[in-house]
Amino acid sequence: MFSDFMINTWTVASLVAVTAGLVGFFTVIRGASFAAHTIPLSTFPGAAAAVLLGVNQVWGLIVAAGLSVIGINALSRRGQPDVATAMTLVMMLGLGTLCLSQIGQYSQQVYALLFGQVFGISRASITPVAVIDILAAGALLMLFRPLLLSSLSTDLLQTRYLTATRLDLAFLIILAMASAVALPVVGALLVFSLMVGPASAARNITSRPVIAMGVTVLISLLTVWTAIVLSYVTNWPVGFFVGGFGALAYGAGRGVMRIRRWKPSPIS
Amino acid sequence: MLSVDSLSVGFPGNQVLQDVNFHLPQGSFCGLIGTNGSGKTTLLRTILGLLRPDKGKVETGDGGIGYVPQKIQLDPFMPLRARDVVALGIDGHRLGVPLPSPSRRRAVDSMLAEVGAAEFANRRVGDLSGGQQQRIMIAHALVRRPRLLLLDEPLANLDIRSVAEVIALLHKLVVEQKITVLVSAHDMNPLLPVMNQIVYLAQGRSVSGSVEEVVRSSVLSSLYGYHIDVIQVHGRVLVVAAVGAEPRTTEMAHGPVHVTSIP
Repeated sequence: MFSDFMINTWTVASLVAVTAGLVGFFTVIRGASFAAHTIPLSTFPGAAAAVLLGVNQVWGLIVAAGLSVIGINALSRRGQPDVATAMTLVMMLGLGTLCLSQIGQYSQQVYALLFGQVFGISRASITPVAVIDILAAGALLMLFRPLLLSSLSTDLLQTRYLTATRLDLAFLIILAMASAVALPVVGALLVFSLMVGPASAARNITSRPVIAMGVTVLISLLTVWTAIVLSYVTNWPVGFFVGGFGALAYGAGRGVMRIRRWKPSPIS
Repeated sequence: MLSVDSLSVGFPGNQVLQDVNFHLPQGSFCGLIGTNGSGKTTLLRTILGLLRPDKGKVETGDGGIGYVPQKIQLDPFMPLRARDVVALGIDGHRLGVPLPSPSRRRAVDSMLAEVGAAEFANRRVGDLSGGQQQRIMIAHALVRRPRLLLLDEPLANLDIRSVAEVIALLHKLVVEQKITVLVSAHDMNPLLPVMNQIVYLAQGRSVSGSVEEVVRSSVLSSLYGYHIDVIQVHGRVLVVAAVGAEPRTTEMAHGPVHVTSIP
């Protein structure tokens, strides 16, 4: 389990888990879960186009993630953000279907990006993942207070001479960066659960924002590490365990909150 | 101090405010009264600098502006304590994760005590009642000690007791700290015992002065452009459009007697 090729897996998965936890915290409290679902799925045509063109899939992922950020941001200015996000998702999935149909076969590489391939990570992948993760995490920590303030009210943010639309765009870019590097590990379909599950659990466990963010990262790490171990042992897909633990963490968090808010009924 | 001179604000196809004038000396408690859609929020946002006026100017003096926006729908699960919301009033615009700071904590504790919120300072803000949340939002707005406080419909959706508590708190701040307070509301009655100035908005125009000067039949008739009766019943003021008057705004057209939402 700790052989050379597995060290790459542990390293990249841990980096991805930390960034996904940090980004996931703000995804949940800003109510941006739909965007967190859309951006990873929207990278699918990028992967398919890269296969079609015979270029490195990372470029396809980055271009597609960038296009989806531009789409969500531009359409949100003229309509409801949910509708804008849905339209972007539909357009990108349609494009992905077109690219996939041109490939002529159901590419193993595209399948891996949809469902993850954590055990196939090369040493060369570590550096780009680490660089992008550090950039995304650093940007997020820098924007911690403005993001928290805008989660409360965008009007309050604007009275401090900060522009809500620019902050939204910055967050979407960070989300896209975190999604793009998480894709090879857990896959497009399960990036969403890694971002939303641990953060949803953490916000129920504590009411302190910095601690909640730390707990999110911890749950995210435990989720990924446990998923790798169980996947290694059982040979079941890692994504299955990530999704399962995300749901379990959310359920446990709700349980903690319910116990805290429980008040004994007065005895009549 | 707040001075608004010849202010006009509009959006394409919709002139919201037209030639609005008023002046509030330091320590005023002013009600900004008007029906829904009369331009109260637009006026407050223009004073804050969030909207650019077509004409006229706003002077707010030195000392900054505190702002309490319209009722925020707080996620009950949001991991944010009441004291965190107040702390964001100090440095919510700054970059980086907040580090523990004794002076920051003292400022937050002091503000929470001043608004009577110390006992629920560590509770999750989504768990608080509407009145408690308004206290926290007022503390958030005041923690940097501004000399002007703007509140957008702070009494909306509050029960009677919470309304009385919030008004008493604002009155205390005006009396003790000489802050100028401008509160928008569509019902002037809860504010009558404490406000010493009123700005009444209707159809984009305004009248201002003391309550006695403004809430009069002749003044409001001139503002609306048709006859308005002002009736006092058990200490409450009713503003009623006379039967047969031509209603010019939608809120005036509610049956044979047109009541402007009983401001």
